[in-house]
Amino acid sequence: MRSACLVVALWLGAVLLPGACAYADAFSGLGSARPDEMLGAISTLAVSGDPQAGTVLRALGERHLFAAPDGGLYIRQGETCVDARTGQPVATVPDGLKPVRLNNRIRTALAGAQASMALLAPQAETRLKAADALYARHDPAMVPTLEHALSVEKDAAVRTRLMQARAATILAQPAQQDTQDQRLEAVRSLAAVGGLEARGILAGVAQSDAEAPQVRHAAQAAVSSMDWHLRAWSVAQNAFYGLSYGSVLLLAATGLAITFGVMGVINMAHGEMMMIGAYVTWMVQQAIRVSVPALEPVAILVAIPVAFVVCGGMGVLIERGLIRFLYGRPLETLLATWGLSLILQQAVRSIFGPTNIAVQTPAWLSGSVAVGGMDITLNRLAILVFAALVLGGLMLVLRRTPLGLQMRAVTQNRRMAALMGIRTPRVDALAFGLGAGLAGLAGVAVSQIDNVSPNLGQSYIIDSFMVVVFGGVGNLWGTLAAAMALGMGGKVLEPAIGAVSAKIAILVLVILYIQRHPRGMFPVRGRGVES
Amino acid sequence: MPVNLPPLSRRAFGRLALAASAAAVGGMWRTAPARAAAPTGEPIRVGILHSLSGTMAISETTLKDVMLMLIAEQNRRGGVLGRPLEPVVVDPASNWPLFAEKARQLLSVDRAAAVFGCWTSVSRKSVLPVFEELNGILFYPVQYEGQECSRNIFYTGAAPNQQAIPAVDYLLSEDGGGAKRFALIGTDYVYPRTTNQILVNYLKAKGIADADIMVNYTPFGQSDWQTIVSQIKAFGSAGKKTAVVSTINGDANVPFYKELGNQGISATDIPVMAFSVGEEELAGMDTAPLVGQLAAWNYFESIDTPANTSFIKQWHDYTKNPKRTTNDPMEAHYIGFNMWVQAVTKAGTTDHDKVIDAMIGIRQPNLTGGVAEMLPDHHLTKPVYIGEIQEDGQFSVVWKTPSLVPGQAWSPWVPETRDLIGDWSKPIACGNYNTATKTCLGHRHA
Repeated sequence: MRSACLVVALWLGAVLLPGACAYADAFSGLGSARPDEMLGAISTLAVSGDPQAGTVLRALGERHLFAAPDGGLYIRQGETCVDARTGQPVATVPDGLKPVRLNNRIRTALAGAQASMALLAPQAETRLKAADALYARHDPAMVPTLEHALSVEKDAAVRTRLMQARAATILAQPAQQDTQDQRLEAVRSLAAVGGLEARGILAGVAQSDAEAPQVRHAAQAAVSSMDWHLRAWSVAQNAFYGLSYGSVLLLAATGLAITFGVMGVINMAHGEMMMIGAYVTWMVQQAIRVSVPALEPVAILVAIPVAFVVCGGMGVLIERGLIRFLYGRPLETLLATWGLSLILQQAVRSIFGPTNIAVQTPAWLSGSVAVGGMDITLNRLAILVFAALVLGGLMLVLRRTPLGLQMRAVTQNRRMAALMGIRTPRVDALAFGLGAGLAGLAGVAVSQIDNVSPNLGQSYIIDSFMVVVFGGVGNLWGTLAAAMALGMGGKVLEPAIGAVSAKIAILVLVILYIQRHPRGMFPVRGRGVES
Repeated sequence: MPVNLPPLSRRAFGRLALAASAAAVGGMWRTAPARAAAPTGEPIRVGILHSLSGTMAISETTLKDVMLMLIAEQNRRGGVLGRPLEPVVVDPASNWPLFAEKARQLLSVDRAAAVFGCWTSVSRKSVLPVFEELNGILFYPVQYEGQECSRNIFYTGAAPNQQAIPAVDYLLSEDGGGAKRFALIGTDYVYPRTTNQILVNYLKAKGIADADIMVNYTPFGQSDWQTIVSQIKAFGSAGKKTAVVSTINGDANVPFYKELGNQGISATDIPVMAFSVGEEELAGMDTAPLVGQLAAWNYFESIDTPANTSFIKQWHDYTKNPKRTTNDPMEAHYIGFNMWVQAVTKAGTTDHDKVIDAMIGIRQPNLTGGVAEMLPDHHLTKPVYIGEIQEDGQFSVVWKTPSLVPGQAWSPWVPETRDLIGDWSKPIACGNYNTATKTCLGHRHA
């Protein structure tokens, strides 16, 4: 490239080709449209020791690197624009700047180059991260770099990780006769590390025909012992998935357990209350982003009480304006609330548009933590905890507050409660509001894992009814047990028979169960039930 | 079911749209006096059969809007054959049998000269017998599974060989990561099942072993992807570069990508190539964790050509929303509508048979470069692009086919249809002609 450039420049003279070959250094390939040239430039830069190399590669990864038509490279971030080669700010931004495009191949190479540079960083933490990245990447070309890093590394933890990274990298090289012992040692070292990544590398070795027999056998033994561990962990992992799925079902169903279970109102608009809760979450996020950007990470926490109040308020309005005229007429209630659900859907569609809206997941709810051999995703964990808190809070309200006492009294014997001076219409309105508010809370939670669109509610309403009926109408513990049973059941069946069949199987099982036990798992007993 | 406009108000709506376009023509006179005269005479009715409510409203409402925009624009240019176009909008409400009912109404009551509509394959399958019985014309704008070739339907979206096959070629190539192991993940309905059947045969022909192909289906609207993503993760740990080919239907994609991000799978570990994720779907997602994930389409909003820039501007002006995105099916309607206008002009009539015959061979420039041509099997020639998701919710093109790819109605990768072709030009005039036995399998037009 460089010599070709030089020849052309000499031949045509600098006047005819002003600037086109003004830059012929390690950086110039970065602006190229050809992946091979970019890859070459990245690896050259990584070992060049150029003071600007780190900055330029970081800018490339963050897509702040721009190429000018004359081969100049600039780092542009907001208003500032600096020359990538010198690090000096430029007074006038050149014309025709185009962002340097990445693809996955270049992104992978870039991550490797950055990690290899970070291996010599002063902070042990940075070096550990770099070693992690190289372990995950196990690029055969990195062996010398790792050897060098190991020779100067003092920190024990980083050393261990570097050894593992070297082992992975050695195994990624093609097998040769004289490297047998080294490879055998690497297999042992990786077998001790464990995890899916190591399993992947070892499985590759175990299948390779080029490998010496004893290395291959060692790898096979390691893979089968790892598989046993992974299987054991996958049971625990599945149990967590089941709990987490159950907790979503529980959240969606608790509100319904109040309105349907306790009050006996079939509320088909329950799902739409969830949908409105999710939209409230979005509006709160937008409002906070505009007014107090510092609070953005906790916007979701602010949304919890707001969604409860908004949906609860709507619930009270719906009860006063619609439901109270229909008590004792279940079919009309069903039709009226279904109509209401369509009206709410279309209203939201008209106001916010038919497309999904993007509710942000704050950083502290993204990602996962590794516990032994399983990954616990943080948003699912948060929903699990949230569901437990909501259920606990609801129990407290029903058991320990005057409102809860009155609600239970009205449920058990409406006339007697009225004679004792309880204003039953007010209790009805508040109970319905409570149910709607709980749906709003479920909406906040669901906005973190699902689509937020006008159709959100429809995908939960059937499952919610199923949970409440399966658990036993009027019994919160039954709702909890049913949600967990359905969640666990679904997740146990899913890996074995697939998601579609699992869903069908669960429905069939629930139908069979309900046929034998029409009142669900935990029927409410007593005199008040029959009326 | 929700909101079926009664015929009267629908007509009124049509008149309203006409009045609006007439007003727009008035507006144009002041700025551009050189424009054609306002069309007069009996209006030509154009049916628009897209769901405006229900689950598919999220995707189809946009297509209704783009059709209204194209029709208004055509009226401003003087209509067709000197007559104004009148849009007739119906709402099949994401309800498949209702699609057939509304199609019948458009053809027999409204006498629509052409109908633009449908999104899901099941809705197309439900209207197909109606269009064949009443000899109507349907323009179907969405990428689909192929294996169909009706004389009454023009397939302006991609056939599998114009999307799925090139996408897999890219994943197999060095630039695409050189994948050796494939997880084919889809929603459980006809499009993913047929596409995956084609892909499995294609991958096997490319030397991928059975054990290296995983196929998994989920119900519509799946929101709990934990188990499947962890299965993909385990599948990817067999020492070979793994890629996911996703035929997951629009709505279920958001939780799928969220789960991928949460379980720490990035595009550099296991890239996901999606066939149903476009700009419109990304508008509802937090795209930061998705950067580098792939999609294959015949159009991207980010492709910088003068035609595309002016189309996007027209769309923003029409919707009065500078943030509205454009996408692949919108381009398909743009091409299909302009081809129909050309065909009607060429035939000099809106008579269905004459227009259908005139359609073959019509050429219309794509928005992204190249010229689309209507082939005898009622499919188009199209460029294929692979795009990578960027932080701003747009795609950046990382690869494109060197030349335009002609659409194949019947896949050569399915044993039963290997020898079939569709050819509605004379003398074959058959939708499923067996080139080996030289016979038409009963899909002939008299």
